Amino acid sequence: MRISWSSSEVGLSLTRRRSQAVGERAIRSILVAATAISVITTFAIVLSLASDTIAFFQEVSLIEYLTGTLWTPLFSNPKFGIWPLLTATFLTSAIAMVVAVPFGLAISIYLSEFASPRARSLIKPLLEVLAGIPTVVYGYFALTAVTPFLRGFIPDIKSFNSLSAGLVMGVMIIPIVASLTEDAFNAVPRGLREAAYGLGAMRYEVALHVVFPAALSGVAAALLLALSRAVGETMIVALAAGQNPTFTLNPLVPVSTMTAYIVQVSLGDTPYGSIGYKTIFAVGATLFVITFVINFISTIVVRRFRERYE
Amino acid sequence: MLEARCYEMSAMPTLFSLKKQEQDRLGATSHQESLIGERAEAVLETQQLSVFYGNFKAIQNVSLAFQRNKITALIGPSGCGKSTLLRALNRMNELIPGTRTEGAVLYHGKNLYDPDVDPVEVRRRIGMVFQKPNPFPKSIYDNIAFGLQINGWKGSKSAMDEIVERSLRRAALWDEVKDKLKQLGTSLSGGQQQRLCIARAIAIEPEVILMDEPCSALDPIATLKIEELMNELVKQYTIIIVTHNMQQAARVSDYTAMMMLNPETRAGEVIEYDTTEVIFTKPKDKRTEDYVSGRFG
Ligand SMILES: Nc1ncnc2c1ncn2[C@@H]1O[C@H](COP(=O)(O)OP(=O)(O)OP(=O)(O)O)[C@@H](O)[C@H]1O
Ligand SMILES: [Mg+2]
Repeated sequence: MRISWSSSEVGLSLTRRRSQAVGERAIRSILVAATAISVITTFAIVLSLASDTIAFFQEVSLIEYLTGTLWTPLFSNPKFGIWPLLTATFLTSAIAMVVAVPFGLAISIYLSEFASPRARSLIKPLLEVLAGIPTVVYGYFALTAVTPFLRGFIPDIKSFNSLSAGLVMGVMIIPIVASLTEDAFNAVPRGLREAAYGLGAMRYEVALHVVFPAALSGVAAALLLALSRAVGETMIVALAAGQNPTFTLNPLVPVSTMTAYIVQVSLGDTPYGSIGYKTIFAVGATLFVITFVINFISTIVVRRFRERYE
Repeated sequence: MLEARCYEMSAMPTLFSLKKQEQDRLGATSHQESLIGERAEAVLETQQLSVFYGNFKAIQNVSLAFQRNKITALIGPSGCGKSTLLRALNRMNELIPGTRTEGAVLYHGKNLYDPDVDPVEVRRRIGMVFQKPNPFPKSIYDNIAFGLQINGWKGSKSAMDEIVERSLRRAALWDEVKDKLKQLGTSLSGGQQQRLCIARAIAIEPEVILMDEPCSALDPIATLKIEELMNELVKQYTIIIVTHNMQQAARVSDYTAMMMLNPETRAGEVIEYDTTEVIFTKPKDKRTEDYVSGRFG
């Protein structure tokens, strides 16, 4: 069969397409502009962080910063060892993850494998409410309710401590863990579940032996994202864990996380341009690097996950 | 207990404490006579079976008897409820929220929808192979071993090796994978994956195997392999297959059920059920004739 077009027909169809392309191009440029703004903003943040961070490291040695265990930048004899802030961030985040991972996973496995549509439609909005509570409310809750409660069991606990901050932060992160891991479970093809049910598997066996392993990298990525959320969380730790940089892994005493330190200096009367002022950029940059690395790892994990299932 | 079952092919189903009525079951010589309603010959029998998705009735009043050690094909235009019927036979439908089943599915005379019946046990005895090959993202070996492990298998490693090998051999896959049992099941070709799924299904020694368009994702050569395999398997199992491929139905099945939407209720029903020979050469219903000769849907 031969298809022949007259030249006028070809010209006509080409013109029509071109006129459509104008509208398409307009939409495209709007989208590109929106993308560009967010990319540029990110770069601006990095640049402003970078310049003050560089200024900081012209006055303080990187070695001292990375190895020192004393953080007293506002003292007359200032010390700039980041470790007290690092351990505090690590401690609160770890406690938070210990709370959030089991509860979050239990909720998401329940929602994706066990819950009836009715139960799901009741629980999901509840989780959204939990996720919607301002973190400052969580912070006060930790300080004024959880710490006094814990004192009933642990009389030694200080008013500011990483335990109650971490526990409450864990509760705050539960909805994030639950919804991200639920996405990972839902991405497991239905056919795999049916295959297992067809072999006489029970619900929990399908959940534990088929869905969970199949979603493992998605789950890992979700947990990493939740971790970076915990590391970056500010209000709860600033309010409940204290502002007292101590190099310790004792969860019962006041500490200062990186974020809490930044808040403290930002709100205080540290003069603009002073070394104390510059510390917050160095700490901010450190935080940025840490969360960036965590997110980067999780992106890699997610990509491997996609390759396996699409 | 399962181990014993695996070695004793002829073990009686103990699930429902049945009378030993199986011996005469192979005696079905005259297809026409023993076809519908003669329960002694039937492994599975539906009675006035209707399935609903919410308020939507997908199939209505299906009464069919599936004969032991025979291949029964379910044919009919798309959307007439073939998959729904098939999945009602091992209670897979109820995994979809909002489904409801009326009527009965008798398995050796016991209604699978009775309240005291455990759907997990049902699915262990009435296995399933799906349209899209769906091996687990585990090794080939573990794909086979999984069904035994979840069913409380307690044998030795070498016994398991043996079952894996035997299942793969029976699924005509052993020679192709015997050197790479540790590889992911998902790394096989589509046809191999489907045979792996068949091996996985037969590893737990079901009595009935349900197949929902098992070859629709496969090329003609892989399809022929599966068909040969079915002819081999039917000596030991009862097979019920949904297919859109008329030649396939004609080639492999002993009985054929023709399904069709009821024009008034829009629910699928069986309009004719007979030996495959009759359905394809002298069907009683005009619509069956049109359908099998390709003049329809
Ligand atoms: N999960 C479901 N929820 C709601 N309706 C469904 C569901 N599955 C199937 N149906 C409906 O039930 C009817 C029968 O579907 P079924 O899948 O059994 O048809 P089928 O004969 O297998 O079709 P095909 O040949 O296309 O596979 C269709 O109208 C379909 O839309
Ligand atoms: Mg179907």
